[in-house]
Amino acid sequence: MANGTIAVSEKSFYEESTNKYKGILSWLLTTDHKRIGLLYLYTISGFFIVGVILGILMRLELLAPGETIVSAQTYNTFFTLHGVIMIFLFIIPGLPAIFGNFFLPIQIGAKDVAFPRLNLLSWYIYIIGAILVLISLFLPGGPIDTGWTFYIPYSVRTGTNVSMAIFAAFVLGFSSILTGLNFVTTVHRMRAPGMTFFRMPLFIWSLYSTAWIQIIATPIIGITILLVIMERAFGIGIFDPALGGDPILFQHLFWIYSHPAVYIMILPAMGVVSEIIPTFARRTIFGYKAIAFSSLAIAFVGYLVWAHHMFTSGISDTARIIFSLLTFIVALPSGVKVFNWVATMYKGSIDPKPPFLWVMAFIVLFSIGGLTGLVVGSLATDIHLHDTYFVVAHFHYVMFGGTGTIFFAALYYWFPKMFGRMYNIKLANWGVALFFVAFNTLYFPKFILGYMGMPRRYFDYLPEFTNLQVISTVGSWLMGITMIVIFGNLIYSAFRGAKAPRNPWGGVTLEWHIQSPPILENFHEIPTITREPYDFSQLEEMKDDSK
Amino acid sequence: MTQSNQAVAAEHHVHRDDVGAKMGMWLFLFTEVLLFGGMFLAYAVYRFQYPEQFKLAALELDTTMGTLNTIILLTSSLTMALSILALQKRNKFFSIINLLLTIFFAFGFMINKYFEWSAKFSHGIYPGSEELLNKQNGEIVFFGLYYIMTGLHGLHIIIGIVILTFMLVFLIRDSITHDNYVKLENSGLYWHLVDLIWIFLFPLFYLIH
Amino acid sequence: MHHEESKHHTTGYGTYILVWLALVALTSITVTVAGIDFGMVALAIAMLIAGIKSALVINIFMHIKYEEPIFKVFLLVSGFTIVVIFILTFLDVVNR
Repeated sequence: MANGTIAVSEKSFYEESTNKYKGILSWLLTTDHKRIGLLYLYTISGFFIVGVILGILMRLELLAPGETIVSAQTYNTFFTLHGVIMIFLFIIPGLPAIFGNFFLPIQIGAKDVAFPRLNLLSWYIYIIGAILVLISLFLPGGPIDTGWTFYIPYSVRTGTNVSMAIFAAFVLGFSSILTGLNFVTTVHRMRAPGMTFFRMPLFIWSLYSTAWIQIIATPIIGITILLVIMERAFGIGIFDPALGGDPILFQHLFWIYSHPAVYIMILPAMGVVSEIIPTFARRTIFGYKAIAFSSLAIAFVGYLVWAHHMFTSGISDTARIIFSLLTFIVALPSGVKVFNWVATMYKGSIDPKPPFLWVMAFIVLFSIGGLTGLVVGSLATDIHLHDTYFVVAHFHYVMFGGTGTIFFAALYYWFPKMFGRMYNIKLANWGVALFFVAFNTLYFPKFILGYMGMPRRYFDYLPEFTNLQVISTVGSWLMGITMIVIFGNLIYSAFRGAKAPRNPWGGVTLEWHIQSPPILENFHEIPTITREPYDFSQLEEMKDDSK
Repeated sequence: MTQSNQAVAAEHHVHRDDVGAKMGMWLFLFTEVLLFGGMFLAYAVYRFQYPEQFKLAALELDTTMGTLNTIILLTSSLTMALSILALQKRNKFFSIINLLLTIFFAFGFMINKYFEWSAKFSHGIYPGSEELLNKQNGEIVFFGLYYIMTGLHGLHIIIGIVILTFMLVFLIRDSITHDNYVKLENSGLYWHLVDLIWIFLFPLFYLIH
Repeated sequence: MHHEESKHHTTGYGTYILVWLALVALTSITVTVAGIDFGMVALAIAMLIAGIKSALVINIFMHIKYEEPIFKVFLLVSGFTIVVIFILTFLDVVNR
C-alpha cells in the first residue's frame, strides 16, 4: 500500500497553517489537530513538572519526623495540589489530548478530527481550568487543603478556597468531555475507505473506549462539584450532615466518576503499548480482537467497581462483598492484555530501542501496581491497608509506573514523527534505566511503610518509619534528576537532533507511511486500506517509497 | 502541491457531515443526561432515606403550576418539531412562526417559575432561611434538591432561549435553509432534552402524595 | 470519508400533533393517578408514565426512530450505564 512517493520533503504542518496568520497567532488560532496536540504537549508537560516539584517538596518535608521545611497546613495544601495537578492537569488529559489528537486522524487515514474548531476550544477550556487552579492559590482563604478528593464534611467546613479549585476541575471536565465527543464522532465518521473497525490500530480502540468513559462518567463529577459549591455558598443541605446530607452519598457520587477516571488514564496507555510491541518485535500483535474487546470490557466493567474506594467508609456489607467481587473481575481483561503482549514478543525479532525499553518497564511496574490492587481490593486486607502508604504506593505504581511510563514511551516513540528529528538513543536508554531505579527507590518503600501502618496524608510520623521515609526521599531526588535527563534529551534534540527519516523504527501503521513531520493534511490522498493494521509484510514495500 | 494558506484554510472548512454533527450533538446530550442523572441519583437516595418528610415537604409545592408548566414545555417541544418539519417542507414562514412560539413558551415557563419561586421565598422557604432550617432534615434536603434541580433546569431553559434566538436569526437570514438545517435540528434535540428532564422532575417533586 | 446520506424521513404534521395529544393525555393521567393512594406502587406508576412520555419524545420528536441504528446503540449503552449505576448505589443504600 504505497503512499506519497516523493523524494523531496514538502512543507510540513509547521510551515503551513489552517489560518492566514503567522507566528504565535497561527498557533493560537489553529484548527490543525497536530498543532493542537503539541499545544497540549507543552502545557501539560509544564504542569507535570509543577506536580513533580510539589512531590519533591512533600518528600523533603517527610525526610524527618515533625516539621522539617513547611507547616502542617502547608503540607496539606501541597498534597492536595499535587493530586489536583497530576490528576486533572496531567494524567487525565495527557495521552488522549496529546497523542490522541496528533495521531488519531492519521492512524485512521483522515485529514483531521470531526470537529476541528471544537478541538481548539477544548484546549482553551483546559487553559482556563489551569488558570483557575492557579487563581485559587491566591484568593483569600488560601489554597485548598482537603486532598484532591475533597470529601465532605471537611470540604464544606474548611475556610480554604475549595470552591474555586473544584470549579477549575469542573471546567477541566468540560475539556475532557469535548475531546471524548470529538473522538467518538471521528472514529465513526472519518475512517478511510477500507478501514473497518477491526482494521483500526489498537491505539484507536483504546482512545475510542476512553472517549466513551470521558463522555459518560465526567458529568457525574461535574454535578458533584456543583453540589459542593452550592453547599458552601447556600447551605442547601444536600452534602451537610448537620442538615440531613449523607457523606457516603458524596463518596458514591465522587467515585462513580473517579474510578472510571483511572481507566481514562490507563486505557490509552495500554493502547500505546499495543502499538509499540508489534513494531519492536517486528511481528503482528497476538490476539488483536481480544485486546480490542478487552478495552471495551475494561471501559464498561470499570463503571461497576467504584465503591472499592469506600470499604471502610460505612457502606453496607452486601455492597462491600459485591464491589470486591466486581473489582476482581475487572482485573481480568487487563490480564488478557498482558498475556497477549508477552505472546506477541515470543518468537518476535526484538529491537530494544528506547520505546520498547519503556514498555518493558511499564509491564513490570504496572503488574506490581495491578497485583497490589488486588490486595487492597480484597476486604479483609483493605481494612488494614486503606488510607495507608500501601494505597499510595499502589496507585503510584499504576498511575505513574503505568500511564506515566507510557507517557514517556509515547514521547520517545513518536518524537521523530512529530518533530522530524531524532534524539540521543544512548542517553534515552540511560533515562529508562535511571527512571526504573528512581521509581522503585521512591515508591517501593511505601508498600512496606503502609504495611507497617504509616497513614497517608500525614505530615508527621513515628520514628520507626524514618529509615524507609529517607530512602523514599532519596528516590524523589533521583526522580528529579531522571526528569531532567528524559526531558532534556528531547528538548535538546527538538532543536539540534539529526533529521529523522519517515520510518525510523520500522512501524507499519499509517503514521509511518507519511513524512516526518507530516504535511498539513497528513496525506496527499486519503489511502484505501486493504491490510490488517500490524501487517509487517509490507515493510519492504514501504522502504521502496522512502526518502 | 503547495497551496496558499488561504486556499488551504478555505478547503479545511468545506467538509460537511450532517450525520456527524448530529452524532456529536447526541453525545453531548448524553453528558447532560448524566449530569442530571447524578442529581436524580441523589434524589432517589434521599427519598429512600426520608420518605415521610419528602411527602410533607412536597405539600408546599403547587401542583397546578407544575402541571401547567409541564403542558407548556410539552407544547414547546411540539412547536420545535413543527418548526423543523415546516422547513423541510420548504415553508419558511411556518417554520419561523413555530420557532417563535417555542421561544414564547420557554419564556412562559420561566415566568411561571419566577412566580413559583418568589411565592416560596415570601413564605420563607429558601436555602439557609430560618424557617427552612427549623424544619426536619428530610424537608431541608427536599427543598435543597428542589431548588438545585429546578434551578439547573431553569438555567438550561435560559440557555435554550439564547440558542433558539440565534437559530431564529439564522433562519430569517437564510443561513439555515431547507437543505442546510442541521443547526436547527441540533438545537431542537437540545430543546427536547430540556423537556425530557422536566418530564421526570415533575412527578418526582409535584406528585408525591 | 463516510458520507451516507441520512434517510431524510419526514414525519407528517399529523404524527407530531398526535404525539403531543398523547403526551398531554399521559400528563393528565399521571396527575390524576397521583391523587389516588397506590402506596408503594405510586412511584413506579409515575415513573412508568414518565418513561412512556420520554419514549415518545425521544423516538418521534427527537427522531431517533428514523436515524441510523448506531444512534440507538449509543442511547442503549448510555441508558444501561445509568441503570447499572443506580442499581449498584442502591445495593449499598438499601442494606445499610
